[in-house]
Amino acid sequence: MSTRQFLFSGFGGQGILFAGKFMAYKGMLDGKHVSWLPSYGPEMRGGTASCSVIISDTPVGSPIVSTPDVLVAMNLPSLDKYEGSVATDGMIFFDSSLIERDVKREDVRAIPLAATSLANEIGTPTLANMVLLGKILASLGEFDEEKIAAVLKKVISAKRADMLEANLNAMRAGAQSTGLI
Amino acid sequence: MADKVLMKGNEAIAEAAILAGCRHYFGYPITPQTEIAAYMAKRMPKIGGTFLQAESEIAAINMVYGVAAAGYRVMTSSSSPGVALKSEGLSYIAGADLPSLVVNVQRGGPGLGGIQPSQSDYFMATRAGGHGDFRMIVLAPASVQEMAELTVKGFSLADQYRMTAMILADGTMGQMMEPVALDSLPVSPMPEKPWATTGTKMQRPHNIVNSLYLSPDELEKTNFARFERYKQIEENEAMYEEYLMEDAEYCIAAFGIAARVSKNAIDEARRRGIRVGMIRPITLWPFPVAPFKKAAGQVKHVISVELSMGQMIEDVRLATECRVPVTLCNRVGGMIPSPEQVLEAILKIADQGGKQ
Repeated sequence: MSTRQFLFSGFGGQGILFAGKFMAYKGMLDGKHVSWLPSYGPEMRGGTASCSVIISDTPVGSPIVSTPDVLVAMNLPSLDKYEGSVATDGMIFFDSSLIERDVKREDVRAIPLAATSLANEIGTPTLANMVLLGKILASLGEFDEEKIAAVLKKVISAKRADMLEANLNAMRAGAQSTGLI
Repeated sequence: MADKVLMKGNEAIAEAAILAGCRHYFGYPITPQTEIAAYMAKRMPKIGGTFLQAESEIAAINMVYGVAAAGYRVMTSSSSPGVALKSEGLSYIAGADLPSLVVNVQRGGPGLGGIQPSQSDYFMATRAGGHGDFRMIVLAPASVQEMAELTVKGFSLADQYRMTAMILADGTMGQMMEPVALDSLPVSPMPEKPWATTGTKMQRPHNIVNSLYLSPDELEKTNFARFERYKQIEENEAMYEEYLMEDAEYCIAAFGIAARVSKNAIDEARRRGIRVGMIRPITLWPFPVAPFKKAAGQVKHVISVELSMGQMIEDVRLATECRVPVTLCNRVGGMIPSPEQVLEAILKIADQGGKQ
């Protein structure tokens, strides 16, 4: 991998920015160059939220992701908006419990996961983002629990340290659902 | 190497200011720089500092004026329309020869404009910070690490030359997170400020801080003296970065986010065999004239990439003394040029052999 560009998208409140931050921190702890850029403004309050994450072996130029290698869509408006922008042979992860249609593109790899339902099943309904993140890491061959725990320690504030295990558990659930762990 | 943390550019500015010894922050919220105020609100009370949300931008800059007169490192931050409101205070601070740090995380304009990134306050920062003849040192970071470094540098330059240093960033730089190392920042201790209004304790004559001179003779003298200082700054403090300029036939001029975008375009153009490089001004005032003067004898064409209708391009033309064609590649109103757009501009000019 020389450069991998992620676009995380969904409703404000689904933890889109947090999922992106996790990925950026992981890249940093892996010794890569990283950038994280959120959409900001009125769309953060109830509408769509998105963030660009770039992980690269070389210094990051533009932090803006317009042709993602990996799109993460947690609601239909996001899939509608960004499906066309994904790079050829890129990947689209989407929450199939909230998005009822399939990916239309045939030149990308579509990976549906009922993340919100799964998050509900394991008793942490607010962690659908982490369920999906677990699946992404497993699909990329980067699901390493020790590394994940180290990243979670960085991104979860000390005050919420009790959430670390729940986050890890949600990611585990997402990863296992792929059959790739 | 030191431990790096992921931080937003706005937060990096705030933390760097604290590390530089700033214990007084005055501001008024405005997107996209509010994280600076939020960070200060959290941290200042814990370290014995002052965070004050003023009733307006104008009040905030006048509080800066007061604390600067008392000899402390002090700052305010805002975004484009808010900085415009500060212009009267900025002029008073210049007239009184006081050091201060002011941050402008630019958004689209004119008017209330929008909240997305822009670079259209270049003129305001480098030409018209307020009424009267004065300059500000203008620093243009292109990474979160530079947001921190230039903040620290800004405080020391402000103290050294007794004037305002302005960080001219934009919404992208303020909002993005990148790894940043804060423990290796080149913090300079605050110099003695014998002019500060700290109370005479009946031991010395009064220090008076003032920008009013009713005698034109005297006012002229202060202006001449101030511009002597500006001359030293122009000679000694210009900062820039060159990227692949050694063998360049074409040159991009860009700062901040525009330089980040341009770098992608340059890398792609190089892959296609076009010898293009970049001069990235880090100080916008003083403008780095020397590298552009040199480039004028080397390259066939300069492209100024800006998030404005063409403001820095005037300085590029002055610095290259109109010896090479200079064209603009831009987006405005909160839009950001894409690497593809910049690449297209490079390809078009290379295709014409650099001619206009």
